[in-house]
Amino acid sequence: MSRSDVLVDADWAEAHIGDPGVVIVEVDEDTSAYDKGHIPTAIKIDWKKDLQDPVRRDFVDQTGFEALLSERGISNDNTVLLYGGNNNWFAAYAYWYFRLYGHDKVLLLDGGRKKWELDSRELSTDVPERPKTNYTASAQDASLRALRDEVIAAIGKRNLVDVRSPDEFAGRLLAPAHLPQEQAQRGGHIPTARNVPWSKAANEDGTFRSDDELRTLYASEAGLDFSKDTIAYCRIGERSAHTWFVLHELLDQPNVKNYDGSWTEYGSLVGVPIELGDGR
Amino acid sequence: MSADGCGAPAGGVSVSAASGSQAVVEGRVVHEGAPVATGYARLLGTGDEFVAEVPLGEDGGFRFFAAPGSWTLRVLAPGGLRAERSVEADYGQVTKVDVSL
Repeated sequence: MSRSDVLVDADWAEAHIGDPGVVIVEVDEDTSAYDKGHIPTAIKIDWKKDLQDPVRRDFVDQTGFEALLSERGISNDNTVLLYGGNNNWFAAYAYWYFRLYGHDKVLLLDGGRKKWELDSRELSTDVPERPKTNYTASAQDASLRALRDEVIAAIGKRNLVDVRSPDEFAGRLLAPAHLPQEQAQRGGHIPTARNVPWSKAANEDGTFRSDDELRTLYASEAGLDFSKDTIAYCRIGERSAHTWFVLHELLDQPNVKNYDGSWTEYGSLVGVPIELGDGR
Repeated sequence: MSADGCGAPAGGVSVSAASGSQAVVEGRVVHEGAPVATGYARLLGTGDEFVAEVPLGEDGGFRFFAAPGSWTLRVLAPGGLRAERSVEADYGQVTKVDVSL
């Protein structure tokens, strides 16, 4: 993978509105943004209702993913262009799902909804109707997802990248500063993790920084050893999907996993080690 | 918006959804007297370190739940409109910042 295989700009998206081979999908946690206006022809995926298991803490399984995409009218041979709010967090999270379930023709819109809005590009309230398909997903690719035991075993051995804000990393906040402060039982970070907030990978308009800037950020500034495997985490796994996208897809690093249990799981586990304080 | 999500709803999470003592920074963005409903409020720490961002609400509103301390608020809106304000936050306080672009 390289940048041109996975990331497109708004001009590309505009040129492919109405292209029958391309399905544009807005992915948000707060889908009222889609309802107020979206990129023309875009359909929506709701991060929680559509992508999370309604009972257990887990995301939709292979059958659930197949049912969702079939119902939304996405076929296996479609190119799926994802974008969303929150600097593409949830779009990057959905991108990670598409890769987990073996859909290779998937792209992310650089800058997401924010850049589209700041550029004053066209938004539509028309909701397209797409005929149902029979989508077939592959089994989950375990090489992209880290579970808690693997994370604990990785302490001091692999790169652990905590992509939350410095205050969350240090243990002063339990959630990003746009949210009330509640959730995990304890604050802090996984011992030996480096703090590289997701936001450092993005420009102010939500676009990704250049490959050279990103390499400098992770390798030179944060001291990540690219010869080791890497696990990224945040609070619930969507900001770290943004960083997973940077490391695995833009910078083409092999063996990068997203720990979607993230701090809400780790910070509530009994008996695991926790480190407090600012990053090095 | 349920508290087990992580996204920033337009305008920010309502204060009633918050429990306990919070350090709230909130306000409203206007341009030529009208609310700016399309735009973003960013909270920045020392050295422009990004802390959080919310899309503006229909009334141009935004709200953050910060740590106590000094912050910079930056507002971005279409047409290259932008503004910056210094703000102080503390537990149990609601710091109001209204911004005219």
